[in-house]
Amino acid sequence: MITSKQVRKAAARWQLYLLLAIPLAYIIIFHYVPIGGLQMAMKAFDLRYGIARSPWVGFRYFEKFLDSFQFSRILSNTLTLSFYSLFAGFPLPILLALLLNAAPHQTYKKLIQTVTYIPHFISTVVMVGILMQVFNMRSGVYGILYSAFTGSAAPDLFASPSAFRHMYVWSGIWQNLGWDTIIYLAALMNVDPELNEAAQIDGANRWQRMWHIDLPTILPTASILLILAAGKVMNVGFEKVYLMQNDLNISTSEVISTYVYKIGMVTGGGDFSYGTAIGLFNSVVNFILIILVNAICKKLGGSSLW
Amino acid sequence: MVTHPTRPAGIRIPRSDRAFYIASYVVLTLLFLSVLYPIVFVISASFSEGRMVSAGKVILWPVHPSVEGYAAVFRNRRVLLGFGNTLTYTLLGTLINVCVCMMCAYPLSRRDLPCRNVFMLIFAFTMYFGGGMIPNYLLMRNLGMLDTLWVMILPGALSVYNMILARTFMQTSIPGELLEAATLDGCSDLRYFLQIVLPLSKAIIAVVAMYSAVAHWNTYFNAMLYLDSMEKMPLQIILREILLANQFDASMMVDPELQEARADLADVLKYALIMISTVPILLVYPFIQKYFVQGMMIGSVKG
Repeated sequence: MITSKQVRKAAARWQLYLLLAIPLAYIIIFHYVPIGGLQMAMKAFDLRYGIARSPWVGFRYFEKFLDSFQFSRILSNTLTLSFYSLFAGFPLPILLALLLNAAPHQTYKKLIQTVTYIPHFISTVVMVGILMQVFNMRSGVYGILYSAFTGSAAPDLFASPSAFRHMYVWSGIWQNLGWDTIIYLAALMNVDPELNEAAQIDGANRWQRMWHIDLPTILPTASILLILAAGKVMNVGFEKVYLMQNDLNISTSEVISTYVYKIGMVTGGGDFSYGTAIGLFNSVVNFILIILVNAICKKLGGSSLW
Repeated sequence: MVTHPTRPAGIRIPRSDRAFYIASYVVLTLLFLSVLYPIVFVISASFSEGRMVSAGKVILWPVHPSVEGYAAVFRNRRVLLGFGNTLTYTLLGTLINVCVCMMCAYPLSRRDLPCRNVFMLIFAFTMYFGGGMIPNYLLMRNLGMLDTLWVMILPGALSVYNMILARTFMQTSIPGELLEAATLDGCSDLRYFLQIVLPLSKAIIAVVAMYSAVAHWNTYFNAMLYLDSMEKMPLQIILREILLANQFDASMMVDPELQEARADLADVLKYALIMISTVPILLVYPFIQKYFVQGMMIGSVKG
């Protein structure tokens, strides 16, 4: 029950609600209205009628997607790409942070940090541009070195479905390795120096201190980041995949988000309802996944998001 | 000889530590060099002669140092136009992002705000679930925002992630006694926000501004989806055409003599373009670095 006391308490804070009004209006218009628009996944959407007045068709589009010959390929491409990114990209920043934290030379440490932060600021378009230049089969470093060592022309990596995954994942690691250490280094600053001194007096060497003091310190942070990463498993970044995609590597590079774009926005006028249904399928799986991973982490006694 | 700053005087470094330090320096240096090399290569290539780059002579250092790539980029009208557009979107967008973010973060940082958790839930939910590409596109269409300046600025006006960072910062680093004292002196909530909270939140404002600026500078998907007119396109769209689709249009060059050299210039121009488009946004970081450590640490560790 809302009592008059609560109303008075809220009224006294009217200026705070005033501040909140614009952000709230924004989130409703730009986030909740599109969520409401998801109903078109279950309607035969017609631009002339708008979302509200288009006829309902139930789960027809979901069935169409699950039955389509593309479904298993796209799903497995999406999952392969994100699990590869996760397993290759998750441990490296932890390793770099632990080593940086143990490095005795402050200047060298600062230098490494500064240089490894730089790639984070590079845009996706430029990142793919650099990849295409460096791995160019003729004028790129890759092409030159390949020819120099083998004496034959280098194969075109951008035409190769198997090379696509490696280039995608390792360029991502190159871009974010340094930046991802920031949060671990912050957590490592919380290590009590007395703990280290006590361990040293007891004869623990640097390796043992790293293993038994530093690593446990950053584990809670790491598990939070792992939950967040698991929640993104179905959300392979659209931009980079789309830019790296071509007809020759499409068999491994077609993922759910690029497929939604092609169905909904590109193919002659766009099948809005079908595209939305595929997108919604993706979001729901994603949402279930993050709740699941969070619950598992909670159960294991680790950290959780909520 | 290595020394560790936390080592108490009188304790010798065990022999096994020396092996550890050597091993850790080898690994660190390998990681460092593998990140560094592509950066050095792009810089070197951008400052080399076009013919040498196309012939694959540049491996590490510039060959026949020259700035012809940069000269060609600056003569391209579309690049300059895109640069101007991106600058507008970035400045205006960042300003709006920071204002909306702070307006949202402060009320939600107040524990005495009735229904605070309900509001938090409304905002946080959108981090994990959204309408997706097509409903968003239809919304922009219905709002009449397609192909306008606003479609590049409003859809991302509030990043909930940044808002939570700012809220955590306000909760942890601004002492509650300040609010009590100000309220006793008759200060209203709005005035307290403007005159006390904002000046004390410089560090987190700098962090939010940097995140927003980098995002605006680098975005290309919204432009691809929502913009049509060539004269509104941001730099990233132009970059995509030149870097990835090889659509460097010689007729857009002001100087006809350059058209002859076009073939030779194709590669070096790309490297110069990569530099010109990336360096401005990189320059933002050193300016806010001193706030960054403070702002980011407080916001993220507890968040």
